[in-house]
Amino acid sequence: MKKRDYYLTVISLILLVIFLYFADRYMDAYIVRILNLCAIYTVLGLSMNLINGFTGLFSLGHAGFMAIGAYTTAILTLSVNAKAQNFFLEPIAAPLANVVLPFFPSLLLAGILAALAGFLIGAPALRLKGDYLAIATLGFAEIIRVIFTNTQNITNGALGLKGIPAYTNLWWSYGIAAFTVLFMVLLINSSYGRAFKAIREDEIAAESMGINLFKHKVMSFTIGAFFAGIGGGLLGNLLGTIDPAMFKFTLTFNILLIIVLGGMGSITGTVISAFVVTISQEALRFLDQPMDLGFIVIPGVAGMRMVVFSILLMLVVLFYRHGLMGTNEFSWDRLINILSFKKPLLKGGKK
Amino acid sequence: MIKMTSEMFLQHLANGISLGSLYALIAIGYTMVYGILRLINFAHGDIFMMATYFAFFGVFFGLPWYVSFPITIILTIILGMTVELAAYRSLRDAPKISIMISAIGASFLIENLAIVIFGGRPKAFPTEELFTKVVHIGNVSVQRLTFIIPVVTAILLIILLYLINKTKTGMAMRAVSKDHETARLMGVNIDRTISITFGIGSALAAIGGVMWGLKFPQIQPLMGVMPGLKCFIAAVIGGIGNTTGAVIGGFFLGVSEIMLVALLPGLTGYRDAFAFIILIMVLLFKPTGIMGEKISEKV
Amino acid sequence: MEMLKTDGITMQFGGLTAVKDFNLVLNKGEIVALIGPNGAGKTTAFNMITGVYIPTKGKIYYKGKDITQMAPHNITKLGIARTFQNIRLFKDLSVLDNVLIANHLHIKSNLFEALLRLPKYKNEDKKMLKKSLDLLEIVGLLDVKNEKSSSLPYGMQRRLEIARALATNPEVLLLDEPAAGMNPKETEDLTKFIKQIRDDFDLTIFMIEHHMQVVMGISERIYVFDYGITIAHGNPNEIQNNQRVIEAYLGVDDNA
Repeated sequence: MKKRDYYLTVISLILLVIFLYFADRYMDAYIVRILNLCAIYTVLGLSMNLINGFTGLFSLGHAGFMAIGAYTTAILTLSVNAKAQNFFLEPIAAPLANVVLPFFPSLLLAGILAALAGFLIGAPALRLKGDYLAIATLGFAEIIRVIFTNTQNITNGALGLKGIPAYTNLWWSYGIAAFTVLFMVLLINSSYGRAFKAIREDEIAAESMGINLFKHKVMSFTIGAFFAGIGGGLLGNLLGTIDPAMFKFTLTFNILLIIVLGGMGSITGTVISAFVVTISQEALRFLDQPMDLGFIVIPGVAGMRMVVFSILLMLVVLFYRHGLMGTNEFSWDRLINILSFKKPLLKGGKK
Repeated sequence: MIKMTSEMFLQHLANGISLGSLYALIAIGYTMVYGILRLINFAHGDIFMMATYFAFFGVFFGLPWYVSFPITIILTIILGMTVELAAYRSLRDAPKISIMISAIGASFLIENLAIVIFGGRPKAFPTEELFTKVVHIGNVSVQRLTFIIPVVTAILLIILLYLINKTKTGMAMRAVSKDHETARLMGVNIDRTISITFGIGSALAAIGGVMWGLKFPQIQPLMGVMPGLKCFIAAVIGGIGNTTGAVIGGFFLGVSEIMLVALLPGLTGYRDAFAFIILIMVLLFKPTGIMGEKISEKV
Repeated sequence: MEMLKTDGITMQFGGLTAVKDFNLVLNKGEIVALIGPNGAGKTTAFNMITGVYIPTKGKIYYKGKDITQMAPHNITKLGIARTFQNIRLFKDLSVLDNVLIANHLHIKSNLFEALLRLPKYKNEDKKMLKKSLDLLEIVGLLDVKNEKSSSLPYGMQRRLEIARALATNPEVLLLDEPAAGMNPKETEDLTKFIKQIRDDFDLTIFMIEHHMQVVMGISERIYVFDYGITIAHGNPNEIQNNQRVIEAYLGVDDNA
């Protein structure tokens, strides 16, 4: 990395930390919540982009991994009392009743369990190609959801869990988001990351160049599931309540929207898109509510927000298939060029 | 496993066959589109849902059922063909993942438009005395509908098989399923053939939707999601791309779903997961399905 | 030394026999060609050797080891590399990345070592980079190393495919129509090039080719396919004068 780039990156990170400090202390709770969601969706977007965007596997099962993560942290961080209150229909299974862990180990376990599920699901499912893989992963996510809806003594079934401690704050969410970005950058730029991209580009050629397709697909899938689990955990401890209905296909769709908009082969794109989409989804909430323009009140139309987002997704996939960034990544060079309206030099150094 | 009288068994079987017929009608739409475009038309279930609303509004505005239902079919055909034109046509040569995302987007768009236009609250589908009158055979009581559905399905199937195997249009459809380029070189109008395929699939979904509405009279914008997924699974079980297979898959799924819940009522909550479990089994052990042919890639 | 040997391999797709009873022997250092009209089953034979298809009948041996049922990536690891008739580059990736990827199969660092950029991995990465750059220089593509591979002109794409295959450290190299689409000058360069890499990299080369210039120019032995059957096998001179070969390519004269 160039010296200049190194310093610029460090300065940016310091600025981010300062911003987070002030946001945490002084900003309105609503805005803080949105900021948290942006970071969480960054993690979720990156985890899905690894599998779908970089390795080219069409996996639609992300909501399942998130559910596993969210329920794991919820069950582990709920106090003994809160657990008893939640599980009034049927008491929680004995070994879990008294287990209470701090946030970090709970999150870690969430990720690990989700990764384990990813491995177990991946082993059979990843032998399938294209559409079949999509439907199989969708199926697995649904199976997980249905299981969670029916295991009254572990997940509290359809009632869900309430009163989950609000451990997710800006430090946790942005800290983990930053770690995820770093992890993905290191992974994608390593030989293993290149192998993933090769699989996306042309499986047969990749295999002929000696790449073990199955091993690498499972690797990518499992890592993606790990971060999806952690994202799910962060989400649960932010929202305070979770239930199986939250983890329907709509959730996977939202993340798919984020990675398509940002550009499926770009880490930068996913990060930017996570922020843009999360903020827009909040900003466009007004479409669902009545609008008081003083002289006239336009009645809110429930669901209009999602119509707008569906149209947006269609427009992007039909006309801007590569999304915002395509497969390009952020570089300080590019940013500086954009900011100073500099035209790139032609060959020979002429302007 | 609960004990069951033979009457109850027959009742459940009749329901299973009815449900299976409905699944079959919808599954055919999936399998035909997959055969011709290698695309899972995620929006198909939502087209089925829209059909029920078309029928609802037809009757709502005072039209008798024998006017409203045919209009429903026409409207649904138009809808299905519009979706193909808007969401899929321009992406035919794009990477597979783009068209799949477009399908998901179209599905979500239709669902959310339905929520916006019709409201999210369920509506009551009009009941038609003609169909819902209960008939008693021995100790078994079923609605007339329970017989009508399989009969209608069988008739439609015969017409469809005739269409596919004995007409020029059908031959065009089969040709395009095999190879777009070659079919084009042989003078087949690809765009028209694909449109017709969507049209037929939508028509069948419309008829299925109307009968579904008569049998399960509560309609809501998201009612197409689960049946849509299940019917795609039915198509896979039967061998994706194969019309007869879709029918076999539909019946298999419908009957086994009903029987499962009937014999093991403790598993009712897992009713929906059942289809997915079967799907996974099929994909793992016989991905080409019951009637399937292997589609190989040239290296 | 016998590098590759096939023992009566046959490939049947349903009712169609694409390749029937093919007996191949490749000795170390040889350049051997496989020729025949289009659709004769030549690429199918390649696909069987590289593990893409499993032969319906027969066995394949690499340096004495039975590789008939082996998966393609393992066959490549053993030392057999290939190029494709219809170029299969990693289109969206750079020229350099295409070659770098072909180094991955021999990597010794595991995922964690790579992620943490431990010295063991960094060393390997450095070596892979150097090797890839060297290969690009040999094929004359060093200047375009950061270009998207799909943006290269056709001839350069073919060269890149060869560089990529070489990066896997093969002992046996299978070239599927390397001269396809090349003009006479390029073909001449390619002919020299194949000979050179055989010498420099200590390779055994088996190639499918239609350009007789290349085939007769550097092959030491030639196998001829027609409708999946081996109709002739010998040195260039024998093949050129073989009646059956001439008929297969030119057809039989009814008035003869």
